[in-house]
Amino acid sequence: MPPRTLFDKVWDAHTVRTLDNGQTQLFIGTHLIHEVTSPQAFGMLEDLGLSVRMPARTFATVDHIVPTDQREEPFADALADQMIKALRANCLRHGITYFDLHSGLQGIVHMVGPEQGITQPGSTIACGDSHTSTHGAFGAIAFGIGTSQVRDVLATQTLAMSKPKLRRIEVNGTLRPGVYAKDVILHIIRTLGVNGGIGFAYEYAGEVFDALSMEERMTVCNMSIEGGARCGYVNPDQTTFDYLAGRPYAPQGAAWDEAVVRWRALASDPGCSYDDVVVIDAADIAPTVTWGINPGQAIAIDEAVPHPDRVRADERASVEEALAHMQLTPGQPIQGTKIDVAFLGSCTNARLSDFREVAAVLGGRRVAPGVHAIAVPGSTLVKEACEREGIDRVLIDAGFEWRAAGCSMCLAMNPDKLVGDQLCASSSNRNFKGRQGSASGRTVLMSPVMVAAAAVTGVISDARAVFGAGAKVSA
Amino acid sequence: MAAIAPIRTVTGRGVVVAGDDIDTDRIIPARFLRCVTFDDLAEGLFLDVRIDEDGRPTGHPLDRSEHAGASVLVSGRNFGCGSSREHAPQAIARAGFRAVIAGSFAEIFFANATTLGLVCLALDEGPLARLQAAIQAEPSATLTIDVAEASVTCADQRYPGRIADTARSVLLTGRYDPLAELLAGSDAIDAVAANLPYVGAAGGAR
Ligand code: SF4
Repeated sequence: MPPRTLFDKVWDAHTVRTLDNGQTQLFIGTHLIHEVTSPQAFGMLEDLGLSVRMPARTFATVDHIVPTDQREEPFADALADQMIKALRANCLRHGITYFDLHSGLQGIVHMVGPEQGITQPGSTIACGDSHTSTHGAFGAIAFGIGTSQVRDVLATQTLAMSKPKLRRIEVNGTLRPGVYAKDVILHIIRTLGVNGGIGFAYEYAGEVFDALSMEERMTVCNMSIEGGARCGYVNPDQTTFDYLAGRPYAPQGAAWDEAVVRWRALASDPGCSYDDVVVIDAADIAPTVTWGINPGQAIAIDEAVPHPDRVRADERASVEEALAHMQLTPGQPIQGTKIDVAFLGSCTNARLSDFREVAAVLGGRRVAPGVHAIAVPGSTLVKEACEREGIDRVLIDAGFEWRAAGCSMCLAMNPDKLVGDQLCASSSNRNFKGRQGSASGRTVLMSPVMVAAAAVTGVISDARAVFGAGAKVSA
Repeated sequence: MAAIAPIRTVTGRGVVVAGDDIDTDRIIPARFLRCVTFDDLAEGLFLDVRIDEDGRPTGHPLDRSEHAGASVLVSGRNFGCGSSREHAPQAIARAGFRAVIAGSFAEIFFANATTLGLVCLALDEGPLARLQAAIQAEPSATLTIDVAEASVTCADQRYPGRIADTARSVLLTGRYDPLAELLAGSDAIDAVAANLPYVGAAGGAR
């Protein structure tokens, strides 16, 4: 048999048949749902008199609307309260496993899947959320879907999908000290553009990915969609298996050994061909921050904000719009830009290793006067782990608010919002206008350690200068 | 399930919402996602760029009288990027639009819109700019999208574009909502599930 990619192997194993329009009817082995994009799907199902076909293959949690301070129900926001109740009722009615708010296992849906070992190599994973690409870190085909498609998965455990092309993105060499997984993906998006990945799935590979931890791989895969690619994955290896071993939904005993053999064989074969290959030198990646209103409008921390006259003609209008919204002057260094809010959180960067890293560099420094700093663990398990390690104390002593798990200010559907034109140094994934809850609010995306550097200095800063280079503690 | 009518053409007036990379947060801000039905989404469409922070209208194209009743939304490249929220095409459709013409579409938006029968026609930069100019010059002009040809005509001028074949065929045959076809594959679904160790016994539950 000719060499095959992981993508082809997994796609073929899940292909039910070819539909009349040429799309594939693809079996979805694992379906994740949350409170925002599922209630209408359950409603459609009921209108059609259909049931959930494989309730055991759908898993639910609540994340977007949950308050991160006062979590008692009913929520102050009646609409949010209605949403959590609808999710709970739908899961109960249809026999779906639900990690409820006070179950001890609740968190951002893309954190819960991996933590529970539900996310596994070689599976297909869909969720009504574009950051489902996160789960690709385990060598799964994982992608976001709309609500009508949530209905399709509930009713049939399948989707109508067009097979994307495959681009291998190889990052070789070693990351420089003070450069994190977040910088890798911001650099990739900046290089290929926010629509560079349309029509593609990404295979991330090379020495840098071989060396990254699972949590770091998740950070990169998470933001595939920000580069236009609906899914991105890393081939499974020993790092993957070590992460999954012993997790509640991972195979156990003899089944585990068999699974590892199967998973190993799924990795792309040597010599297989791709529709496109991009090679990046790790040495070219700097601590990276966004300056504009989409994640591709990013620069290295020591660079200046671009000049509209010096960009491609077809980009000029967007650059001008971004500069106006961000209140930045062409040619000004991004360093030194005053911040109002520091947000550590989101499914991109709110895992244990992110908080460990921040706690390790803070070293007794305090959040600058006038900066509102909040730290929101991505899951209840991460929150508890941080508290066991005393990380919460370090953050609280530094002046951060320590919150309960949820999406929080990543999209501000709960009470955590920017006010007016506040500028937020954020470890999240989207800097769209209005994303953090205020139409004129401004978001600058960066790694958690860079958020910490901005928090303690009150301005966008190079963490290597603030904390000393290469403070990296956890792999 | 009820049959759905084929969509061969879309006819109506256009409105230009200029700009590239218009994301779904812009199309429907997250606070409007606090709902358990799609019924009231139209009022949130582009709201944060339609009113300023004091609630005053900004003079957005959607609110100009000459564009009242427009049913074709015309925008730039990478339209609908960002979040997978179907609330975005739902809001557009519920506000009376039946088609979107853009430089290109983000994939999830395109899939969501097509499932709703909201036609997405992509035009290259040159034709797109000329079409936008034509609409600005004559807002009352009627646009006619021909789905089979993947083109739009406005004021006697034809602008050729692209609609992915997979979408074009289902629009033309009235099968853009795939659920009926997916349900029909039942035995084959079980067969695939049975071969996937991680699905295991759970797959049989029905
Ligand atoms: S943390 Fe942000 S990006 Fe992630 S699922 Fe929640 S809202 Fe979406």
